[in-house]
Amino acid sequence: MGSITLDHVNKAFGDVQVIPDISLDIKDGEFVVFVGPSGCGKSTLLRLIAGLEDTTGGTIKLDGADMTNAPPAKRGLAMVFQSYALYPHMSVRDNIAFPLKMANTPKDVIAQKVDYAARTLNLNDYLDRRPRALSGGQRQRVAIGRAIVREPKAFLFDEPLSNLDAALRVNMRLEITELHQQLKTTMIYVTHDQVEAMTMADRIVVLNAGKVEQFGTPLELYRKPANRFVAGFIGSPKMNFIDGQDAARYDAHSIGVRPEHFQLSRESGTFTGKVAVAEQLGADTFLHVNVERLGLITVRTGGDETFENGETVHLTPDPQRIYRFSADGTALSHGQA
Amino acid sequence: MARSVRPQTKIAFTVLAWLVGLILFFPILWAILTSFKTESEAIASPPVVLPSVWTLENYFDVQARSDYFKHFFNSVLISVGSTLIGLFIGVPAAWSMAFSPTKRTKDILMWMLSTKMMPAVGVVVPIYLLFRDWQLLDTVHGLTFVLTMINLPIIIWMLYTYFREIPVDILEAARMDGAELWKEIVYVLVPMAIPGIASTLLLNVILAWNEAFWTINLTAAQAAPLTAFISSFSSPQGLFWAKLSAASTLAIAPILLLGWFSQKQLVRGLTFGAVK
Ligand SMILES: Nc1ncnc2c1ncn2[C@@H]1O[C@H](COP(=O)(O)OP(=O)(O)OP(=O)(O)O)[C@@H](O)[C@H]1O
Ligand SMILES: [Mg+2]
Repeated sequence: MGSITLDHVNKAFGDVQVIPDISLDIKDGEFVVFVGPSGCGKSTLLRLIAGLEDTTGGTIKLDGADMTNAPPAKRGLAMVFQSYALYPHMSVRDNIAFPLKMANTPKDVIAQKVDYAARTLNLNDYLDRRPRALSGGQRQRVAIGRAIVREPKAFLFDEPLSNLDAALRVNMRLEITELHQQLKTTMIYVTHDQVEAMTMADRIVVLNAGKVEQFGTPLELYRKPANRFVAGFIGSPKMNFIDGQDAARYDAHSIGVRPEHFQLSRESGTFTGKVAVAEQLGADTFLHVNVERLGLITVRTGGDETFENGETVHLTPDPQRIYRFSADGTALSHGQA
Repeated sequence: MARSVRPQTKIAFTVLAWLVGLILFFPILWAILTSFKTESEAIASPPVVLPSVWTLENYFDVQARSDYFKHFFNSVLISVGSTLIGLFIGVPAAWSMAFSPTKRTKDILMWMLSTKMMPAVGVVVPIYLLFRDWQLLDTVHGLTFVLTMINLPIIIWMLYTYFREIPVDILEAARMDGAELWKEIVYVLVPMAIPGIASTLLLNVILAWNEAFWTINLTAAQAAPLTAFISSFSSPQGLFWAKLSAASTLAIAPILLLGWFSQKQLVRGLTFGAVK
């Protein structure tokens, strides 16, 4: 079991209020991703849940029990650090066995569990090596192995993949997702990469300056962003924002249109502009179109058509998928449900 | 890219290094040579470099007059004992300063260092009186206590510097893995800091071994370590250079050997963190 409840949690370092007031309800077995720009307090929030930082106010409950002041060792959570934080003086085997040893598990049970974890994570051949003799991906697996052997109430990951190269990152992303499906244990995963967030999460917490901007499923965030910040943060390439008289036409302070929601034409359309840069990815092409009054607008189109730089194109937003925002950035109701 | 050094420069530096080394080592070498001379040769002027007859007589005389091994044993007890107690106090102290510092941590470190700036003579009378009243004069445990106190600031400073090099993530990982404070220190911090702890231990054993002010002032016969043993040859019966040299050689030999065998460890520990 592993439900996690934050009730009006706040955290200040000295005079600096890093997290003003957060309440969250994370269900047992959920995969929740904390996403947000650098410095928004993701790691701090995770460390508060872990018990590595003390809260300034509010309560943290695990499975309904108040753990606000419990030390990390008593919370029954496992954490995977960005730096892996393996014990350099121990072999891979001892690293994975360490939490079990701390819990005074009998030797034969330890051997059995370490063996099982090693098989699950393909670490059998490395068990007697020291961490320094492993590659980044292998170290990350050891860190995960160390977390799973003790069967924690929940896993906490702090940007675990950011030190890996792009290809390995995609692999590990899949492995962690599979692990979650297999174990069905609550996982909280911190990242600033919105693609990781979208692909892995059951629900995403979008954080900005220590505040929860929105908490919902990936598709909810994509389809119904609560405000301009979430709209701009979720989705790749980023949503285009249009202010001024062009937004006023839609009865809004500003509007947003995703690159994939423009109709592209060589003949006619709502906006007209010249292609500044065409990024061809094969399957897709991203056009950065210089539109008068609006500046650069990004449009996503199929990879089959080719466009010249400087070519004139016409853009028409899909009327069902125009996001409207008020002056303070709150989303106004929009066409698409 | 390797920097190219002209061969002449290299030779010049090598000669210079040997010269400096020789100057530093000369007094010790001279004492060792003198210890094998006769008393008349030892004070001969102009000085005789090598003894005309190598004699062990001085060593027998020294051993006959006072028991070298008793003092040697006292030195071992006091230097190793004070260092171990110091480490026992210093490791947790340095842990808290390195990994959970407060606003005052820097001040405390400075304050501890400042006690080393005070001349020892300044407190010799009060400490002597305290020792007299508590019947600690001329006792091994009394001396161990004083040397622990004297070297504790250095121990804590050294450990603090080494601990600062250890990524706090790893200690936090241990906490998440269910380690209580003492297990975190014993199973994770100490093994990772072994090079630093070993050099702290070695350096402090050496410092305590060579400490002469308190060991001479607070002991008489019973607890006297080798420093007091040497000084007992220097004063009363006039000048016996050869015997004094023999006593000195005997006193410094163990620590010289220790330093020699552990020099790799010492150099590594003292420059630890200088190059990452
Ligand atoms: N120990 C600390 N003392 C003072 N300020 C801190 C401390 N730890 C974090 N902060 C501040 O709290 C804010 C949030 O930091 P945090 O590490 O949680 O950000 P983050 O969202 O994890 O960022 P990143 O994506 O860069 O890891 C930052 O402004 C940071 O400077
Ligand atoms: Mg962070």
